[in-house]
Amino acid sequence: MDAKGRVLDKYNARVYKNRKEHVLVKATGDQPQVIAANTRVIPGIMTHRGCCYAGCKGVVLAPIKDVAVITHGPIGCGFYSWGTRRNKARPGEDGKNFVEYCLSTDMQEADIVFGGEKKLRQAIKETVEIFDPGMIMVCSTCPVGLIGDDIHAIAAEAEELYNRPVMAFSCEGYKGVSQSGGHHIANNGLIKRVLGTGSGTRIKHAINILGEYNIGGDGWEIGRILKKCGYHVVSVMTGDGSYKEMQEAHTAELNIVQCHRSINYIAEMLKTKFGTDWIKVNFVGAESTAQSLRDMALYFGDQELIDRTEEVIAEEMEEVAADMEYYRTRLKGKTAALYVGGSRAHHYQLLLQDFGIDTILAGYEFAHRDDYEGRDLTAEIKEDADSKNIESITVSPDPEKYHLRLTPEQFEELKTKIPLDTYPGMIRDMKDGAVIVDDLNHFETEEFLKLLKPDIFFSGIKDKYVAQKGGTLSRQLHSYDYSGPYAGFKGAVNFGRDVTMGIYTPAWGFVTPPWKHTPTLVGTYGGDF
Amino acid sequence: MQSMTPKEVSERSGLRVNPCKTCQPVGAMYAALGVHACMPHSHGSQGCCSYHRTYLTRHFKEPAIASSSSFTEGASVFGGGSNLKASVKNIFDIYNPDIIAVHTTCLSETIGDDLKSFILDTPIPDGKYVVHTNTPSYVGSHVTGYANMISGFIKYLSVKTGVSNGKVALIPGFINPGDMREIKKIAKLMNVPFTMLPDTSGVMDAPMTGTYNMYPKGGTTIPDIIGLGDCKKSIGFGEFATTLGLEDLRNKCKVPFVSLPLPIGIANTDAYVMALQEIGASEVPYELEEERGQLVDVILDAHPYFDNKTVAIYGDPDTVLGIAALVLEMGMHPKYLVTGTPGEAFVTRGKDLMAQYGVEDAVIKASADLFEMHQWIKNDKVDLMIGGTHGKTIARAEDIPLVRAGFPVLDRYVHSYIPIVGYRGALALVEKIANALMDRQDRDCADEDLEMVM
Ligand code: SF4
Ligand code: SF4
Repeated sequence: MDAKGRVLDKYNARVYKNRKEHVLVKATGDQPQVIAANTRVIPGIMTHRGCCYAGCKGVVLAPIKDVAVITHGPIGCGFYSWGTRRNKARPGEDGKNFVEYCLSTDMQEADIVFGGEKKLRQAIKETVEIFDPGMIMVCSTCPVGLIGDDIHAIAAEAEELYNRPVMAFSCEGYKGVSQSGGHHIANNGLIKRVLGTGSGTRIKHAINILGEYNIGGDGWEIGRILKKCGYHVVSVMTGDGSYKEMQEAHTAELNIVQCHRSINYIAEMLKTKFGTDWIKVNFVGAESTAQSLRDMALYFGDQELIDRTEEVIAEEMEEVAADMEYYRTRLKGKTAALYVGGSRAHHYQLLLQDFGIDTILAGYEFAHRDDYEGRDLTAEIKEDADSKNIESITVSPDPEKYHLRLTPEQFEELKTKIPLDTYPGMIRDMKDGAVIVDDLNHFETEEFLKLLKPDIFFSGIKDKYVAQKGGTLSRQLHSYDYSGPYAGFKGAVNFGRDVTMGIYTPAWGFVTPPWKHTPTLVGTYGGDF
Repeated sequence: MQSMTPKEVSERSGLRVNPCKTCQPVGAMYAALGVHACMPHSHGSQGCCSYHRTYLTRHFKEPAIASSSSFTEGASVFGGGSNLKASVKNIFDIYNPDIIAVHTTCLSETIGDDLKSFILDTPIPDGKYVVHTNTPSYVGSHVTGYANMISGFIKYLSVKTGVSNGKVALIPGFINPGDMREIKKIAKLMNVPFTMLPDTSGVMDAPMTGTYNMYPKGGTTIPDIIGLGDCKKSIGFGEFATTLGLEDLRNKCKVPFVSLPLPIGIANTDAYVMALQEIGASEVPYELEEERGQLVDVILDAHPYFDNKTVAIYGDPDTVLGIAALVLEMGMHPKYLVTGTPGEAFVTRGKDLMAQYGVEDAVIKASADLFEMHQWIKNDKVDLMIGGTHGKTIARAEDIPLVRAGFPVLDRYVHSYIPIVGYRGALALVEKIANALMDRQDRDCADEDLEMVM
């Protein structure tokens, strides 16, 4: 039996039937491999998934530093998503930084019984009075949808009253099957009300960075490199982001997408609405960063930019070469297992390759099939009841701002060279025999770790100590264990340093006490007194 | 840092900013982890469970297991009965705990799921248990949830057989495993047999062995929880977290109780020791007297560094009151006592404490938040802050030393092992406070004033 069989064998029939579709062993063949994803979690299974609110407020909206995001609900959800994701931000032009704050309506029993609308109105009023934010967003949590508070009506009313945009997001935790639904809801809201609503015109070599949340300062490092190459970054969605910058999103000539899962809807809708092309990039890994920079330069096809890009790559590579080589000697030949959200489980495999580390297992927490199998099958993906509950909006070309940079012929030609308007997915980059697991749960984590014995398990906080207690180094790829940045050339070095430190830290040598290795009774030889 | 916080305090009735509490289920989950081989189960959508596990793991740096009913939109409309049934089957099949401790979330509470009848309806394997408690997050705080889960265990399991087991039931408040160990140590030194519920020591501070064990050695056993009904007395530590459990045990099994403050500080620990002395009719051993004497000795020795230093203490009500008692004993001056947990008893107890030491200007507030405390500090600064991680932004903004204590501490290590209760725990906290204040003096003084001996 292969690893998959041996792990799943322990399930009861119903669970087995479900889970077997979510696990596959990579095998290159004539037919592309299919994996089940974005479906419900089986009740009672210890999943690591979060909820719609976590995806909407926690992931996409909270990093926007100049927006006051109010959580409408009891205190927990807002509290947990306060300051814990490491989406770094510095105050922008208006001096405001809401990332440091947690705003909530802290609903009480009376609000649940009699409705929380009054409290929400009051909370918005107080937010305006105390913080005077340029924009307000309201995100609802589980009970709000059930008691029927009309947060959209209240937002509209407040918008009139306080003369500033107030947006509402119905991202109750029970919607959809994971954080993913929340990403979509947030994307919809941003496209409807924020993106491209400004008055600017197209700027040469201007780009938007999509799906970059500035965890551990990644976005800043990426921004530094891009500026060095000569790009003008209009906006970042959404790490250290600003709604004012996002309003000018239509002035970019290209959108680059880092995290496909959480932001692909926006990439797509910006294309439809403004004609802006997007390419999938990956700034995790030195080689990947270089490749992404080359893809971008090729998109613009401007020789000066292409040359400058090569200069920057050479310069940056040179700077990190010695360190990269050192860590490669320490890490080469190690094996890794990865289980992260919706893009990192793919991105980090490429960074690990920089150090000669093989990935033997990888999985996404809340991806869809296209993140595994590639975006070309998007049309094939069937909607189920759960995904239908998440609104899918259609946008139409903006009569004034719509502009195509490429002719259809140019577009088709470029498409053969760079990931233009597409994402080929994770499976393609994995080696035969590697295990791919969607929504890897606690049980499977434990079992696969025992079976495959990777040297490092990259995951999140909930399973980190499960792995480590079992003797496998675990590093968090959501929070980087409070280190970083990991993006770009210098980030790759940081990553190499952290992994090396983890593997070689002396404490591993003390796990088993010495007396476990030596016989308990010290015998005496005959005649020896 | 926190630069949008204005100095002027305004009345707020709708907006909570920078809370000093969180929701009930995380407390219930923590209490359930203090039962041996127990799977805490969150009956709601999986996001809550994920958040709660994450938070506990961040505080303890240990795996915090828990499963979820993983509600979808359908379950939210039609009720979560079948989700619970499926959960129970799968949990016993896959994770094989001895007991499942179900708590609710605001979702299942709002739709009104009747957990009691769901559980009656669910097949439970022989020798296994399923218990529940209701933890609506729109009532109370994580401390309430902790209290409710203890109550759930007692209501479902504890039985009075009529034959006393000669033990005392110890119910700790929302404290770290290191604190629970210290409370047990004192009972052992006093020679009083006991059962402690919950007991997260050996679970949330399990050692590194190279083998992951889903159910580590620690935790109150089920027979011991059943046996609580035959205890001759129960002691609760911290009224916010334990009154409910004490009352349940009295109402169900006629076990009389003593409700004590968390044994933080000299007098609060004395009260615990004397309660044990009364129950056990035993002498206080020299070992404890020695510990106590050492603590008093240190506080006396170092008093010039504590005298009249002003402090802001924030966090869970029982913990804040305990720390306030200790700093008063040290001659310090508590200026702000803040908890996010609602309950006027916090204010009353706090005022009584201040009155004992003649402190008149302390601001004491329940249902408060850190934003408001920051505003007070902006108007009238303190020398020291004591509380969890979330105060660090204020400490940085206002350049105030911060001693971390209580829950949650997300940004430091070791805190969950080192007690703050008992004489030994107080000694540890006194050291931290002294170091924080004295390091500050060393940092701030002129070169010529840097003291080699202090
Ligand atoms: S939905 Fe309720 S129970 Fe869940 S995290 Fe939020 S406040 Fe807590
Ligand atoms: S990179 Fe991962 S964690 Fe970050 S938003 Fe994307 S899917 Fe989520």
